[in-house]
Amino acid sequence: MVSRPHGGKLVDRTVRGRRREALLGEAWEIVRVDITFDRAIDVEDIAYGVFSPLEGFLVEDDYLSVLKGMRLSDGTPWTIPVILDVDKSIASMLRQGDDIALFFDGKPLAIMRVEDIYAFDKKLHAERVFKTTDARHPGVAKLSSMREILIGGRIDLLNTVYNPLERYTLWPKETRVLFREKGWRTIAAFQTRNVPHLGHEYVQKAALSFVDGLFINPLAGWKKRGDYRDEVILEAYKALIEHYYPRNVVVLAALRMNMWYAGPREAVHHAIARKNFGATHFIVGRDHAGVGDYYGPYEAWEIFSEFPDLGITPLFIREAFYCRKCMGMANEKTCPHSDEYRVRISGTKIRSMLLKGEKPPETMMRKEVSEAVLSFENPFV
Amino acid sequence: MSGEKVKIEISREAYEQAKRFIEEQGGFKSVEELVEFLITEAVGAEGGEEISPEEEEKIKERLRRLGYM
Ligand SMILES: [Zn+2]
Repeated sequence: MVSRPHGGKLVDRTVRGRRREALLGEAWEIVRVDITFDRAIDVEDIAYGVFSPLEGFLVEDDYLSVLKGMRLSDGTPWTIPVILDVDKSIASMLRQGDDIALFFDGKPLAIMRVEDIYAFDKKLHAERVFKTTDARHPGVAKLSSMREILIGGRIDLLNTVYNPLERYTLWPKETRVLFREKGWRTIAAFQTRNVPHLGHEYVQKAALSFVDGLFINPLAGWKKRGDYRDEVILEAYKALIEHYYPRNVVVLAALRMNMWYAGPREAVHHAIARKNFGATHFIVGRDHAGVGDYYGPYEAWEIFSEFPDLGITPLFIREAFYCRKCMGMANEKTCPHSDEYRVRISGTKIRSMLLKGEKPPETMMRKEVSEAVLSFENPFV
Repeated sequence: MSGEKVKIEISREAYEQAKRFIEEQGGFKSVEELVEFLITEAVGAEGGEEISPEEEEKIKERLRRLGYM
């Protein structure tokens, strides 16, 4: 039985047919607000139900409640504010109850009903969400580039944002139909922005050994320099799945969702999104969505104890290594041997070898995966 | 979940335990909320999605075209 959507109801704010035609016409007549690529991605994630129960950008009550208590004002767990920022000059033209057109790339993307217009405190936001106000933190940096005023309210999606990974993209309604067709009752979701090494495979298979299906859901879109390209991640996974997973136990699909590096809070956010896709379990990384040393080593696990009502089961699986004495992959909980027998899998080392065009050792990465990565002229952004 | 409500009886002991759990863990506002949550966890909860038969057929078509089904 796939998970019940977060908040009880799967949101669908896409508009089709005659109503879409009518709203598209209207979009050119009303106040136009041009939004960035990041906010356009938020609009899509809202409209297709990834952020259920949100039907739009947060109004002030919900925003403050998320900031201070990690819940919407009705008590539903919610940890990352989904907010729309506008210039003061634009805000001054708007009134509560107005319909405005959100434009992206010269096209009307959505209609928004302005339910709230409010100022926000970026310092408080950073302290609560990122636990730091350090401008070097990528989430803080993104936040500081946002405009001063927020508008909240429900949206109706009219168009979509060009997606080079369209054929790899599934939305919650689609995965829910798919999981049901496959007869899966329990589904573990795996979030990633990396090509898979043996450590990832071990963690996925540890989960897979007690659930019906594995949902591998790479986060696509925004990248920082040196990240693997989205196509590379997908091709690497296809190679792994083809050679090392039984037929019909894995679904691989990409998701465009903004990344804030908010560590523990973002781990919960990632879990909620995957619950909306129908997953019943979510594999949480040790330093999930972390960056630098802003978060403690197990903080992304500990935060889940504050959400007994989350409705998706977090799985905390320890990092894997190869043990020469066990003669296989193991982790702290399954292997009693000392460090001299253990081959640590280092993402950094793998990356630097691939960067030089070298294949990492097979105790770290499957050769089919290395070959898939190296088949790209430039696998990195 | 909303709609019409019905009454159920549970043992005082389980009720007190549930109340203590809520006080310590938070998350739930009442024993009723916890009970509803646990029922959906245990027996599963269909619904929450509105997919018409035509829409479902369209979804399956796309899934087949992309090789997912
Ligand atoms: Zn060992």
